[in-house]
Amino acid sequence: MTSVLYDTPGPRAKRRNVLYTIVFLAVMAVAAWWVLSALADKNQLAADKWTPFVTDSQVWTTYLLPGLTETLKAAALSILIALPLGALLGIGRLSDHRWVRVPVGAVVEFFRAIPVLLLMMFAAALYREFTTVSSDFRPLYAVVTGLVLYNASVIAEVVRAGVLSLPRGQGDASEALGMRKGQTMLYVLLPQAVTVMLPALVSQLVVIVKDTALGGALLGFEELLSQNRQITANYGANTIATFTVIALIFIVINAILTALAGRLEKRLRQGKKTAAVVIPAQAGAADAVKKAVSDA
Amino acid sequence: MFDFLDSGQYDLLGAFWVTAKLALYSAIGSLIWGTALVAMRVSPVPLMRAFGTAYVNIVRNTPLTVVIVACSLGLDQTLGVTLGGSDFKDIGFRLAVLGLTAYTGTFVCEALRSGINTVPPGQAEAARALGLSFTQVLTLIVLPQAFRAVVTPLANVLIALTKNTTVAAAISAAEAAFLMKEMIENEADALFAVFAVFAFGFMVLTLPTGLILGWAAKRLAVKR
Repeated sequence: MTSVLYDTPGPRAKRRNVLYTIVFLAVMAVAAWWVLSALADKNQLAADKWTPFVTDSQVWTTYLLPGLTETLKAAALSILIALPLGALLGIGRLSDHRWVRVPVGAVVEFFRAIPVLLLMMFAAALYREFTTVSSDFRPLYAVVTGLVLYNASVIAEVVRAGVLSLPRGQGDASEALGMRKGQTMLYVLLPQAVTVMLPALVSQLVVIVKDTALGGALLGFEELLSQNRQITANYGANTIATFTVIALIFIVINAILTALAGRLEKRLRQGKKTAAVVIPAQAGAADAVKKAVSDA
Repeated sequence: MFDFLDSGQYDLLGAFWVTAKLALYSAIGSLIWGTALVAMRVSPVPLMRAFGTAYVNIVRNTPLTVVIVACSLGLDQTLGVTLGGSDFKDIGFRLAVLGLTAYTGTFVCEALRSGINTVPPGQAEAARALGLSFTQVLTLIVLPQAFRAVVTPLANVLIALTKNTTVAAAISAAEAAFLMKEMIENEADALFAVFAVFAFGFMVLTLPTGLILGWAAKRLAVKR
């Protein structure tokens, strides 16, 4: 691999790189040795702490898989509700009417400025005080409510960026054809905007999946992370092994979603069927707006 | 409605002070760690590049809550790592700074990497032509320009970090979300007021960050 930052290594640079590699390996080895010996000290490396995850299917069927189901259920519900809501808010922010644009903008900015955990805790208390939702479902409701409020605002910004990224001619042409404002949005602008938004939306799903874990830690939502209490209680305090497995499940799911977003982005860039600029998966919504505006 | 503020029962300012300290320490830590990570990711040593890439992809895809809770249950309660903290709130605070730094560092790294891509290749080529080494090219020529290009993305990372400090409530660091949980339980009749107070507090913390850094982004942008 060549990089613009350094010359192609000659004999001396090659020797130096080998030296750096050895030093880096040594540092990593010391760190690994320290971690492993600390783990061995506390008996966390014993085989019986790790084997249940391979040999005992019960740990999966009783704890991990039901937890994973709850996580995915909350994530799926959140994105399904947040998408239309976010689209509405996004369109509202683009409205020609001041009395629509300004309040919607305030709502979007408010929910984006507040930690999603605060929204979840507030929603949980609201459901407890003012509704008859049974306490079994309250954590799920609270988590989904918090995630929907936050992510709808983020999606609203993505939608706005997507619509703004379309060339002016698209809207002008549909106006010339005699379409109403609603028709222009629904049949011309939104369909094209959704296509360019897809990568950003998929990577927002990663954020949602990660944030469901908040409910497990603080609201008694029985998702994947919260299963660590049950597992470590029943399988002999295998904290390290349990966390490793739980983290791995999250990492695999999110890595798949991230890769999907990357592939979508690449495909959309190559097969350019619309005039719009693809909104990159990793950019925050605010950057996307700025980029769309400067590119338009 | 807001009389719980005068009762003296809750240390609201104290809780937000802890939140601000968490955000500040983690911001400093993650800026340093993120810069180190990006240096590894673009370095000529293949092993360092591999480590940087693997670390970023693994940690970025792990929920912050898992990182923070693992810091507490794994590091503290299983391995006895207290980072020199005395009581459980202090230990929670220190471990939260560690977890937030490890997590946010990956986002700083990714922001900086995209900043490096905005520096025209001619800059690094000219530096190499003058005989500068990789370290000199990176620290004297490329990174200073990269930093100035990514002030806005970095500001977004820091705002997200400020909001993410609430996750430390999961391991009993005495910050704002932890106090809000307690107040919601005790002051159920003033629910909306409690929420309003904490929402306002976070807006006070995040909005100036955005405004100041947005102004700084314009001042610092490299004119090309």
